Amino acid sequence: MNATPPVPASLAGVAARPGQHVNALDSPVKINVDGLNFFYGPKRALDGISIQIRAKLVTAFIGPSGCGKSTFLRTLNRMNDIIPMTRVEGTVLIDGESIYDAGVDVVHLRRKVGMVFQKSNPFPKSIFENVSYGLRINGLVKSKAEMADRVEESLRQAAIWDEVKDRLHDSALALSGGQQQRLCIARALAIRPEILLMDEPASALDPIATQRIEELIYELKKQYTIVIVTHNMQQAARVSDFTAFFWLGRLVEFDRTDRIFTAPAEKLTEDYVTGRCG
Amino acid sequence: MRKHADVIFEFVSLGALLVALAALAALVFDLVSDGGSRLSWQFLTNIASRNAENAGVYHALMGSIWVIALTGALALPAGVAAAIYLEEYGSRSRTARFIELNISNLAAVPSIIYGLLGLGLFVRLMAMGQSVMAGAATLALLALPVVIMSTREALRTVPNTIREGSYALGATKWQTIWNQVLPMALPGVLTGLILALSRAIGETAPLITIGALTYIPFAPDGIWSKFTVLPIQVFNWVSRPQPEFKANAAAGILVLMVLLLSMNAIAIVVRDRQQRRGRA
Amino acid sequence: MTTRTLEWIIERALFLCAALSLLTTGGIIAVLAFETYEFLREVPVLDFLTGTEWTPLFSNQKFGVLPLVVGTMLVSSIAMVVALPMGLLSAIYLSEYSPSGFRRIVKPVLEILAGVPTVVYGYFALTFVTPLLQQIFPTLSGFNALSPGLVMGLMILPLVSSLSEDAMRAVPQGLREGSYALGATRMQTALKVVVPAAFSGITAAFILAVSRAIGETMIVAIAAGQQPRLTGNPFVPIETMTAYIVQVSLGDTPQGTIEYRTIFAVGMLLFVMTFGLNLFSTWLRERFREEYA
Repeated sequence: MNATPPVPASLAGVAARPGQHVNALDSPVKINVDGLNFFYGPKRALDGISIQIRAKLVTAFIGPSGCGKSTFLRTLNRMNDIIPMTRVEGTVLIDGESIYDAGVDVVHLRRKVGMVFQKSNPFPKSIFENVSYGLRINGLVKSKAEMADRVEESLRQAAIWDEVKDRLHDSALALSGGQQQRLCIARALAIRPEILLMDEPASALDPIATQRIEELIYELKKQYTIVIVTHNMQQAARVSDFTAFFWLGRLVEFDRTDRIFTAPAEKLTEDYVTGRCG
Repeated sequence: MRKHADVIFEFVSLGALLVALAALAALVFDLVSDGGSRLSWQFLTNIASRNAENAGVYHALMGSIWVIALTGALALPAGVAAAIYLEEYGSRSRTARFIELNISNLAAVPSIIYGLLGLGLFVRLMAMGQSVMAGAATLALLALPVVIMSTREALRTVPNTIREGSYALGATKWQTIWNQVLPMALPGVLTGLILALSRAIGETAPLITIGALTYIPFAPDGIWSKFTVLPIQVFNWVSRPQPEFKANAAAGILVLMVLLLSMNAIAIVVRDRQQRRGRA
Repeated sequence: MTTRTLEWIIERALFLCAALSLLTTGGIIAVLAFETYEFLREVPVLDFLTGTEWTPLFSNQKFGVLPLVVGTMLVSSIAMVVALPMGLLSAIYLSEYSPSGFRRIVKPVLEILAGVPTVVYGYFALTFVTPLLQQIFPTLSGFNALSPGLVMGLMILPLVSSLSEDAMRAVPQGLREGSYALGATRMQTALKVVVPAAFSGITAAFILAVSRAIGETMIVAIAAGQQPRLTGNPFVPIETMTAYIVQVSLGDTPQGTIEYRTIFAVGMLLFVMTFGLNLFSTWLRERFREEYA
């Protein structure tokens, strides 16, 4: 029951500054964003965001509500596409490929970049159907047996298997809030994404359920690149390797988490993490 | 003085409402007292006859069931597809706005005009003749606006988080609609369909206009068969001078009303179940 | 790429279903316009619109549509005299006075009233209301405009009441509170504040009701008679535009004859009148929605 994972040894002692190459980590860049602007109609919601997110680490986005952190997260799997009257400028490269190019298959992108939402949103179907849905529509399994295996594997990864293994065909809506959220994580993992975006995944949960999600994130980063939006700074400090601080649609500071919380370069960041503003 | 006026006004308003309700009570009382005694098993299983005592509604009842079933089969897919387009795809385009305006106007076009359309288009131009198919196609066009509007309502109740959840798993728009949105909206869609059909089952004028027969000695045996329906049989009996036929008309109306109210009851049950599930 | 093609095909197919409604409108106009055009090649349009005799089914054929139009207006006016004030008062009661329990019971009952097939109202008018009225007015003919008019009013009342009530309930509560704060009674508040504030919504309901009355068929086909005559007397048999269409449809009139075409010409007139009213009503409702959006 270790709720506060230690800072990875590989991070120790090396500074990472905004826009600079973070050579402290042996991990390669997974997501490379350059000069990203985002508009809702005429209103600019994101202003010149540039950031490099590294593979198999946890990156947290913090900032006051309305600062653009969730909007930014949703540009990484083009979830904002389904909102009418929105517009994106700048580039987002995932594994070196631009995701906003004309020929890009959004469906393919979202298979690679999974997402978990702020409010758990299980489909009003059985637990099994929730997890198997992504596999089925994407045609990722060939047999029923393989389907069952993949569902079990995903539920195990999301640390919910033991709780639901005897009632896989019950409605997902009968689960508790924390279980529903872990089911949604299992659902996202089933299609084996490389990146997992989490939009305040624990904000609607009680402390015990939150702790379980945080432990899960720590486990999952062995396999996945995780980006998590949170308004809870303790949570960011506990789970993340890197932290990005957003303010009014701008990325104010991006650095190793320990530095953001102990020795931020910007006055604004310091004021925010110490609770003096926001 | 002002106080008096206020109380009087309240009672006048209530009176207006009660007069309407009393008229409904009078209508029901009139029907039961005129036709109640004619209702029997024979009345349901006998065919129309020159002799009022022996006449029954069998053919008309079968005709109504055939026509309404086919109307539903035509209106449901077309109406749901149109609603999906307007709600999920093109809700903001100018074309969609124009279609919406057109649908709300169509909903208020007199039903007899649909009869003229059916006569000119289905019966003559498409040479369907005075068949079950022509009648059902006409009623389906009449029912479409209601099906479309109620389906859109139902689609709107599906939370957006469900759509996002599906998209995030790599689903396409249509996969999302077909696998997640539509199943959740289904009870609402069905409620709207049943209400639209319960209105269509009482429609008389458009079917008379396309030439559905007022006297027909057989039940339909297929969609190209000629037919009559309950309300036309009722109209036929009402138009005769002999009082015995009036009793038949009243009894026929009672059969029609039972059919119609049970359809409404089904719709209410479906809606309630949906609401209960929504709360859980 | 194949999924993308499939998605594109599905979207087009759905669009076509949505466009079916445009085709319906187009089809109505095309069918009516075609036969009306053929009709007007034989009957001058002025004779049709201003003629005072309508006898297409007699050997001495006259094609003046005015008797049918006037018959329609007469019955509709009687219906409006019943439906508008009573519908509005019912709406005021339900929106401003009624306890919510009462409202919950009455609304479904009004919905039943609105859902009764019109052939049933026709039966009611002919076999119940007309004999009843004949006891009061002994000169009343067995077929007349009065009885179907009153019953039609009853049929339309729920429409007026429910649409007006929707409009009144959309009036912000603050306006009512402001009125009470100035010492107004509930009647004053209802009549001087709520009804004026909901005016365009209520007017939209009224216009839709008029359109419904003009297009109503079975009540008049059963209870008003089949004698087109230019009269304002509600006690004698008349014929409406809709009842005429039914009368011809019941007979065996061969396609292509002038008698056959008359029903499309009359239908065209009916369509133009109701469609115009519907458009006006929609426009008013949109305006009302903007006022309180």
